[in-house]
Amino acid sequence: MKTDTYQQPNEQGYYGKFGGAYIPEMLHRNVEELKAKYLEIMYESSFQKEFQQLLKDYVGRPTPLFLAERLSKEFGASIYLKREDLCHTGAHKINNTIGQILLAIRLGKTRIIAETGAGQHGVATATVCALKGMECIVYMGEKDIERQAPNVARMRMLGAKVIPAISGSKTLKDATNEAIRDWINNPNNTHYIIGSVVGPHPYPDMVARFQSVISEEIRWQLKEKTGHELPTHVVACVGGGSNAAGAFYHFLDELSVQLVAVEAAGHGVYSGMSAATTQLGKPGILHGSKSLLMQTEDGQVVEPHSISAGLDYPGVGPMHANLYTSGRGIFLSATDEEALQAALHISKTEGIIPALETAHAFAVLGRLNLKETDRVVLCLSGRGDKDLATYIKELKLVD
Amino acid sequence: MSRLKELFVSKKSKVLNVYCTAGFPELNSTVKIMQALETNGANIIELGMPYSDPLADGPVIQASGNIALANGMTIKVLFDQLKDLRKTVTIPVILMGYMNPVIQYGFEKFCSEAAAVGVDGLILPDLPEHEFEIEFGAIIKKNGLDFIFLVTPETSEERLRKLDSLSTGFLYAVSSSATTGSDKDFNAVEQYLLRLQEMNLKNPVLVGFGIKDKETFESASKYSNGAIIGTAFIKALENSKDIALSVKQFLSSII
Repeated sequence: MKTDTYQQPNEQGYYGKFGGAYIPEMLHRNVEELKAKYLEIMYESSFQKEFQQLLKDYVGRPTPLFLAERLSKEFGASIYLKREDLCHTGAHKINNTIGQILLAIRLGKTRIIAETGAGQHGVATATVCALKGMECIVYMGEKDIERQAPNVARMRMLGAKVIPAISGSKTLKDATNEAIRDWINNPNNTHYIIGSVVGPHPYPDMVARFQSVISEEIRWQLKEKTGHELPTHVVACVGGGSNAAGAFYHFLDELSVQLVAVEAAGHGVYSGMSAATTQLGKPGILHGSKSLLMQTEDGQVVEPHSISAGLDYPGVGPMHANLYTSGRGIFLSATDEEALQAALHISKTEGIIPALETAHAFAVLGRLNLKETDRVVLCLSGRGDKDLATYIKELKLVD
Repeated sequence: MSRLKELFVSKKSKVLNVYCTAGFPELNSTVKIMQALETNGANIIELGMPYSDPLADGPVIQASGNIALANGMTIKVLFDQLKDLRKTVTIPVILMGYMNPVIQYGFEKFCSEAAAVGVDGLILPDLPEHEFEIEFGAIIKKNGLDFIFLVTPETSEERLRKLDSLSTGFLYAVSSSATTGSDKDFNAVEQYLLRLQEMNLKNPVLVGFGIKDKETFESASKYSNGAIIGTAFIKALENSKDIALSVKQFLSSII
């Protein structure tokens, strides 16, 4: 057994210096129960059978690994797109919510809560709650509710109750606070489905494991297509970091594979309007774990900015904080404008309209010094339908 | 003997701990409120250090923290305000806050400066017991500060004993698993407090969360050494024209 791994945290939930479970006592029993049972439940055969079946028949997995020929030509390397945008509900988020709803049922929970920023995780949670007939409450920042009306409507149509988070900055970080407070107030019947590889241990590990299906498929698909199991690069965008965690997972300890994480630089990393957490953050504690965190000198959490609501988070998962500080991962960033132009370019070059989050990952391809023999896998984490209003406005698509 | 220890030696029941947010309602009202609390019969002051993301607090205390932050309250400003605290305030003072601002300030520096201005103890609800044992507990102890753990009705007996053994000063019994300011059926709480009483814990027990008036204070005190009032007191300060008067009126409605 490997003792030194980037993949799994230690027993206390630490990836290097980051992670842990910094929670008030009121959450202790729930988090402890999860910690004691998640691995056992996740790997029992009836769970795996149901999980795999739903991933196949409901989500539509395996998602294709697509050789993007025109992009490959342009960047002088083989560029493969992992098509998570083709998952049911339009993004990778559902891999995790399917897993967690099955877990919640096995824990005897009857009520599901979730936080959401852009609404993608909220929709994915509302979807699996509808599928399993569970009560679903989604906390969403009041500002995000205004900005993301179509996803609010989707969640309501799926039977979820959307509750505005009106505290603090009224965005994702505050929605997460409200969800945690709900869990404190309803400790017995409620499971909290966190949408990213953040939160107290065991959430980062659990969500990474549910998302790891992405890299599991990449390995055999790449082998089938190229004869090689390992890519030279895996590129993914990072907000909290769930699609990156999933795309990196089975390559984390394959040190020949370059792991490229792309953060949102907003108006520019040092513009004061950015969400590039590893560049701007210092070690800190938010939402129950120690990680890199954008904060003032006094330790108050700073509100980030990105045109993409899914990357608009002041922290980053502890696994990624460890990849950054250890040098195992390469952390780049793309501005709002670069992401918009990349989205337009990919749409015209490959006929795929990506989500704004994913567009950040595309934006750095030209900076990787690629060689002809390189095999690059880019995680196309979501589709761009939800961002159409932004594309219309920013790219002036309507006369 | 520490001030908290001394207090519980001389007063075993109906100990009243009042929570207020530093820098609320005004930046410089902190010490004035503390003085008025002592004058009007509070036994312990729990002084909240405002944080942008206070997970364990309900809406009223959160809002007071946001106002305090907007007023310019920081840990540095607070220690400045508390410099001459012990010239006028003699009752025990506990700082309550969240880990992030404290570790940014520097945990060691924080503890030594808190001790220097005469603070007696700390409540940091998001400091886990594991990290307390391997890292932070020793620093707290070295600076002569008490550390108070929270326990809830869901805390197992084994864990209760552990948290009791790690705590000094008193044990903070959350009356229901809830954020501060929540209304829960108080009768349901009595059995839990009775259970705590029967465990013969090392520390005195103060009950917090949901204590808002004379009735709930008395009833919480029946099975414990006293109680903590936060949200109701913050509400009393919200639209206060005369802080000393508001504190006096509030405390006379409780004790």
